[in-house]
Amino acid sequence: MQSDTRSFTAAHRFGLGPRPGELAIIARDPSQYLLAQLRQTPIIPRELADYPNSAQRVSTIIQDLIQKTELKKALRDSGQTIPSVKTPQMMKSFFKQAEEYRDESASRIQAAINSKTPFVERLVHFWSNHFTVSITKNEIRPLVGSFEREAIRPHVLGRFEDMLIASTRHPAMLGYLDQSDSIGPNSMVGLFGHRGLNENLAREILELHTLGVNGGYQQQDVIAFAKILTGWSVGGVRSVIRILAKVQATNDMNPDDVGRFDFIEMMHEPGDKQFMGQIIREQGVEEGIKILKYLAAHPSTARFIATKLARHFVSDNPPASVIDRLAQVFLKTGGNLAMMAQALVVFPEVWQTPLSKIKTPTDYLIALVRAADAQVDGKDLMKELEALGQLPFSAPSPAGWRDDADAWIGVEALLRRIELAQKAAQTLSKLVDPRQFLQQVLGPMASEETILWVSRAPDAVEGVAMVLASSEFQRR
Amino acid sequence: MQRRTVLTGAMAALTALTVPGLSVAKAPVDQRLVVIFLRGGLDGLAAVPAFGDPAYRSARGAVAIADPSAATGGALDLDGFFGLHPALKNLHQFYRQRQMAVFHAVASPYRERSHFDAQNLIELGTAVPHQRQDGWLNRSLSLMGSNASQLGIAFAQTVPLILNGDVPVLSWVPGDRSVDSDFLARLSQIYVHDPLLQQTLAMGINADTMTNGDKMAGGSGRRNNSLNRQQVAAAAKMLGQNSPHRIAVIDVSGWDSHANQGAANGSLANQLQKLDEGLGFLAESMASIWSKTAVLVMTEFGRTVAANGTGGTDHGTGGVALLLGGAVNGGAVLSRWPGLGPTQLYQGRDLAPTLDIRSILKAVLADHLGIGSNDINQHVFPNSPSIKPVQQLIRV
Repeated sequence: MQSDTRSFTAAHRFGLGPRPGELAIIARDPSQYLLAQLRQTPIIPRELADYPNSAQRVSTIIQDLIQKTELKKALRDSGQTIPSVKTPQMMKSFFKQAEEYRDESASRIQAAINSKTPFVERLVHFWSNHFTVSITKNEIRPLVGSFEREAIRPHVLGRFEDMLIASTRHPAMLGYLDQSDSIGPNSMVGLFGHRGLNENLAREILELHTLGVNGGYQQQDVIAFAKILTGWSVGGVRSVIRILAKVQATNDMNPDDVGRFDFIEMMHEPGDKQFMGQIIREQGVEEGIKILKYLAAHPSTARFIATKLARHFVSDNPPASVIDRLAQVFLKTGGNLAMMAQALVVFPEVWQTPLSKIKTPTDYLIALVRAADAQVDGKDLMKELEALGQLPFSAPSPAGWRDDADAWIGVEALLRRIELAQKAAQTLSKLVDPRQFLQQVLGPMASEETILWVSRAPDAVEGVAMVLASSEFQRR
Repeated sequence: MQRRTVLTGAMAALTALTVPGLSVAKAPVDQRLVVIFLRGGLDGLAAVPAFGDPAYRSARGAVAIADPSAATGGALDLDGFFGLHPALKNLHQFYRQRQMAVFHAVASPYRERSHFDAQNLIELGTAVPHQRQDGWLNRSLSLMGSNASQLGIAFAQTVPLILNGDVPVLSWVPGDRSVDSDFLARLSQIYVHDPLLQQTLAMGINADTMTNGDKMAGGSGRRNNSLNRQQVAAAAKMLGQNSPHRIAVIDVSGWDSHANQGAANGSLANQLQKLDEGLGFLAESMASIWSKTAVLVMTEFGRTVAANGTGGTDHGTGGVALLLGGAVNGGAVLSRWPGLGPTQLYQGRDLAPTLDIRSILKAVLADHLGIGSNDINQHVFPNSPSIKPVQQLIRV
């Protein structure tokens, strides 16, 4: 093993794996290679530039919903029973949504494969996972891609507070964690209807997005925060509720409001609230903004975010020194995420423990395609991700994907990675020499055993497969 | 060309790496345990409605299940006070055949409302979350005999925490596999500096040998929202007559019913029906060893007694657990019922817990798997001698 493994660390640990020839270029100044990426203004990658925004997508969902309602009404009026099976129109809209999700998700992976700023892309994925929205809630399937484009990417090198507010206001999050129909019991809507409070978003913001589970809040704070957030909703939802309640048959909403964040005063719990020892005066939507700003600046949040970042980029059990200093940077810079990323690169500990992290299945696949410098069809990428157990935006819970080796290495999981390596090697081995491939992918990190066994491989297919299945390539 | 000689070398490597005991695959106990973990927090008052409680209907409102006398959608009567959700038809049969015990107002020692901490604690078997790295079922394996590494199997790509720990455990998803065992053996040579990958691969080589030629179509890496037939069939096979495996864990997600869960029909009813069908099929597939089998169905916590503002229920405390199987001495609902009146609820909102889930787990470990009570109280659930096992749960 060569002594300077920093090019490997920069390319694999902080990035998405090197393309052919890249490792040698990074080796000239690995830190600078990373820091330069943080100085660029994040843009929406061209692969994702043409997808509809969330407002357009919500508008489509609402139109579908209205159509369904009217269809049912027509059936009822003509004396027919409403079929319990889905009608062809409903199936069509369902398939269209599924198709749109798969298409954009594949483009998101393509963007990562093609990225010239892979460190920034990793940060996007990190924050997207921190603020998880998941297609396990089927209704938000058309919105998950727009969530990352609209709530995460613009702030990835900006301020945590702005990302937190953008995430909380986004229709995907409001829908995923049931906020958009949580109603203050004493609000106008609450007093007339039977519906009321839903604690889900309030709890998960405190537990998963900001303070962390032991961050200093109680059940009564969850309820207070849930009340504070009542009225946070999505434009157009009101009309749908009325249509579904058959109060009106047609659609009278202002198209400009549809799908955008909408504060619905009639749903908001009136009165002052007490949250974590402070009185929050009645102030409509500003109450929630005030709490989010308070949470974003809280020392528990600094510590929680620092721990997660360190676990992501350093090791499953990151050293306390790294967490402490990251938390300090968070507090000192007012949650400046570019400064947090920069701090990570500067800590010597981060470079001293190579291979301490296992790549997630997604990052393993991306690194593999980058190493091969291959063009892969989006549908095939999605198929592989499904087999590896990590379809984009499908985390099993609001806590997001786990970030430790146990979550990703089991017998089945490892065998699937190895199968993928073998499959990729079939074509790749016609294009590269295994020994050269090993150098350009693993460079200074390749172990003596890996070098030996790759050189001894019975054929090129196996040599290349061995590089891709090696411990060095599966780790970062 | 050189394939044959290479293969000879590879076979030698393969033998060296094999986890000891494959050829003498005799497990220390003959009993089988299947743990089905319902992740997200099953609504116990929907699955097992206490229709006999005078406050049940009013407290639950829109998510109440009607009593058994209802013309449609009524609960399936268990004992005149408790019933089963109408979708749980197979489970009702098990109960009537005295092959299922129902526990109500059950909880772990956890009293907050985070899914993630609640699952962590119930998987670790400790009183506080995040206290250690190994699950209580893995510690149980280590007490079950010398070839413990053959005993555990998780039907997932990776091992869930409850079964994870020092004793190696197979994780497995039924599916078509095209990986070349020859290549695997060589690959293990380059994993010498990576114990995690090396050990995992060694188990994979074993499992591949064991299920050689056994191709089941369409395995996928997606998480389970139901107990699908393919998985149940695989579980039955992997725990079957001549297998060394004894303890299996299957995760089923999708129980976090915050909105529009419905009552006799609706989204939660659909989930319950799929679970019921899966369990029915499991019993059918394991017929030859059913008399030695116990299936534990558990979740991390119950849900609020009252429906929330959106036709669902939020995170609560007391819930239900089920133990079924030919080895189970069932036919009763075991509960010190705390009541559903406003003053009887835990913190004014949740079903008050009256039974520590460890009492059930301990009974299964002791009476079904034959683990000594000292070991259980010291190693499996440390510092818990005051939590007594439920008596006479297992047939003798």
